[in-house]
Amino acid sequence: MTNVKMLLNGRQVSATVSARTSLADFVRDHEGLTGTHVTCEQGICGACTLMIDGRPSRSCITFAVTCWESDVRTIEAFEEDEIMELLRRCFREAHALQCGYCTPGMLMTARDIVTRLPNASRERIRLELSGNLCRCTGYLGIINAIEMALARRRGGLGMPQT
Amino acid sequence: MKPREFDYQRPATIEHAIELLAEHGGEARVIAGGQSLGPMLNLRLASPEILVDISKLSELTQVQVRGDRFFVGAAVRHADIEDGVVREATPGFLDRVAGGIAYRAVRNRGTIGGSLAHADPAGDWLPVLIALDAVGVARGSKGVREIPIAGLVEGVMTTCLAFDEILTGVLIPRLPSTARWGHCKFCRKPGEFADAIATVVMDRERNRCRVVLAQPVRPPLRLDQTAQIVATLGGLTDGSQAAVRDAVASDLGTWGISADADPYLFRLAAVAVARAVQQAFDR
Repeated sequence: MTNVKMLLNGRQVSATVSARTSLADFVRDHEGLTGTHVTCEQGICGACTLMIDGRPSRSCITFAVTCWESDVRTIEAFEEDEIMELLRRCFREAHALQCGYCTPGMLMTARDIVTRLPNASRERIRLELSGNLCRCTGYLGIINAIEMALARRRGGLGMPQT
Repeated sequence: MKPREFDYQRPATIEHAIELLAEHGGEARVIAGGQSLGPMLNLRLASPEILVDISKLSELTQVQVRGDRFFVGAAVRHADIEDGVVREATPGFLDRVAGGIAYRAVRNRGTIGGSLAHADPAGDWLPVLIALDAVGVARGSKGVREIPIAGLVEGVMTTCLAFDEILTGVLIPRLPSTARWGHCKFCRKPGEFADAIATVVMDRERNRCRVVLAQPVRPPLRLDQTAQIVATLGGLTDGSQAAVRDAVASDLGTWGISADADPYLFRLAAVAVARAVQQAFDR
């Protein structure tokens, strides 16, 4: 067993876990934060994406012990976040989710696109989304939603393309 | 899948890290970003007794100018290179390559040293750093040694690093702004493992030209006949493209790869090299 210490959604967390515990399993099973979803456990699908020190990261291939004193934020930490609020609205308006399983990871990646690449083209949004799989929407709604969020942040009207 | 149980240590110094590796005699694995090792552990393709975490060792996260070379610490992340932490080393080359590795969420944790030590032939850094004549710096129980990246890899996912040696960084010669480069990577989808990577570096100031090919079935290859031909070209015409094609076929032949025996791999390799050369001339 190994000690884990991190800032989790703004709260100091210390625990003793098996070293093999992934960050995803830690936040879900030990901390009850089930908004982080686990699917492929090999870093492909992006469902488990959360923020470590402000950067989107794969929590299924990151061990909780390696996040010593890191600032970890799961989807639950973004309720009051202005950008995430905008993204949630755009996702709703553009039908960017159906079953919702990929959505927490999609929102993490979307937030990264909006903050890091404020002028991202539609092509660039597609490229940046290549690390998040969605099996329902066919992606167009998600791309539209992010494009809409970018446009609204730039002050435009941001109607989705059809 | 979940990994087998393992122990975990986060030594405060590189000396302690080396001691831990020596103590466990080959049953320990070094972890930095864990973006390749993590999946391998989850899939139980690797089952070490202990992980030695070097990601927070300050000397491994540095970038320094050393004469006409840049030292890039082994634990520097792909995303930092993408964002320009070694921008002065090459005219846009390293940033572009880093930005094409897997996905941003992976690049945010994956490291250049981890990629090299993992020696996955589908990785980008091996062919790129071979083409740049970069040199790895390794430290172990017996001291420090420098290993040209071209000599680091002994086989698919196999390096010449001893079990008690840590790759601490890589020395990258500065590529002048007049140099040209091309990097063509074939993936089924962006961010997937590459089926072929071709890298071309033309540095006429220093009379250097390198063409390197990586495919997942074997360690990266230097295509020296192709490089010689490319070095003499003023531009790409139909005639010179044919000459490049012939040279690639001849180079691949010396490595035992032929259009008859491996038509798919051969064609991927030939087209990847042609496109990388084209990019270098277009740039």
